Amino acid sequence: MPFFRPSAEDSQGAGERGTDWFLPGASKAGTLDLPPEETAGLCYQLKIPHRKNHRESDVESARGLKGMSDLEEYLRARAQGDLLPWSAQADAARQYGLSLGRTEELALEAGLFPVRYRRNRQTLSSADQLVLLRSRVAVVGCGGLGGYAIEELARLGVGSLTVIDPDVFEEHNLNRQILASAEVLGLPKAEVAARRVADVNPAVTVVPLVAAFSKTKAPGQIRGVEVVVDALDDIQARLELAEACEDLSLPLVHGSIAGWYGQVTTQMPGTKTLSNMYGRCREAIGIERELGNPSFTPAVVASLQAAEACKVLLGKGRPLVGRVLTVNLLDMTFEEVALSD
Amino acid sequence: MRISVKLFATLREGRFTSDARDVSAGSTAGDVIRQLGIREEEAALILVNGKHGDMSTFLSEGDTVAVFPPIGGG
Repeated sequence: MPFFRPSAEDSQGAGERGTDWFLPGASKAGTLDLPPEETAGLCYQLKIPHRKNHRESDVESARGLKGMSDLEEYLRARAQGDLLPWSAQADAARQYGLSLGRTEELALEAGLFPVRYRRNRQTLSSADQLVLLRSRVAVVGCGGLGGYAIEELARLGVGSLTVIDPDVFEEHNLNRQILASAEVLGLPKAEVAARRVADVNPAVTVVPLVAAFSKTKAPGQIRGVEVVVDALDDIQARLELAEACEDLSLPLVHGSIAGWYGQVTTQMPGTKTLSNMYGRCREAIGIERELGNPSFTPAVVASLQAAEACKVLLGKGRPLVGRVLTVNLLDMTFEEVALSD
Repeated sequence: MRISVKLFATLREGRFTSDARDVSAGSTAGDVIRQLGIREEEAALILVNGKHGDMSTFLSEGDTVAVFPPIGGG
């Protein structure tokens, strides 16, 4: 595989992704078709400084093939075998004026495996890791489920996350929401999520949207992603999200929780799973109104959702399509129920 | 006629996980659900032999009715 792509190829596909990582603010707004007022001040900047007025591919074109082979040489010299330490990735990004994400992409293309993903390795190949890096997932809701899903997808190496939540952290979130801490009470959940990902895996670009998901705004909010994770806490909003995913032909990984109980399923375009599951519900809130949610249920269900999202992105395994996995942590039973129209 | 009923999550409390029951011919899923003291709004999802059903779905000998409460938290 050529280390440096010709600029023509850079104008679309994976090359375009590279530019997204480089300019999270400006390029995301263009990629996601968001009106400026939706993105103003929302895009989280990576800590590594980068040039804001150039597209990354332009920078690479200007630098030319020699520069890129220099970079490859630089990375190889710093690699331990085929493992690339984070310090080398960060230094290379700084030295060559690239984003951490783009540097990671070039490293993976050159057959170098970032050390941070070493324990993924028996499960995911280099090619899988590259697919994940070039993928974009929307996590709708940054509370109990969303916090864990975002954490796991970022650690897994999904390169781009759009995280959506209108709320700020409140004290009653502290019992279960991994992103909640005494320090962040009163801060927008989506922005805290972006900050957390920047701490954990700065190669991941996060677009935080401090806004409620709505069907009318859906094209701007979730278009362009490969997978949507349903981490909402409102049944009617979930139905709207499911409909929006149908309209945009996006796979939706659904999870919901109440007390000791939860459920997970994956709605592929055309299957209308959620409207079949919740079609009889007139209320926004289910049995969680009485049961609340303890600490462990969102962690379990969000982890199942992260695994589903990973499989859908990679085309691996057997996702929960046409079946719902019911989780009962009181009896400690996981039952699969077939769903058909 | 004899049918099977499977209950999920909170619907099991004070009832059962799975049970075989005798019901009169012509019974609907709703009849069985009401007999079990489950309120209609508690039966968010009703599956009859794995297919989507509702309170008025007629049952036949040997059918399995699965009932789920609404779970919507995140």
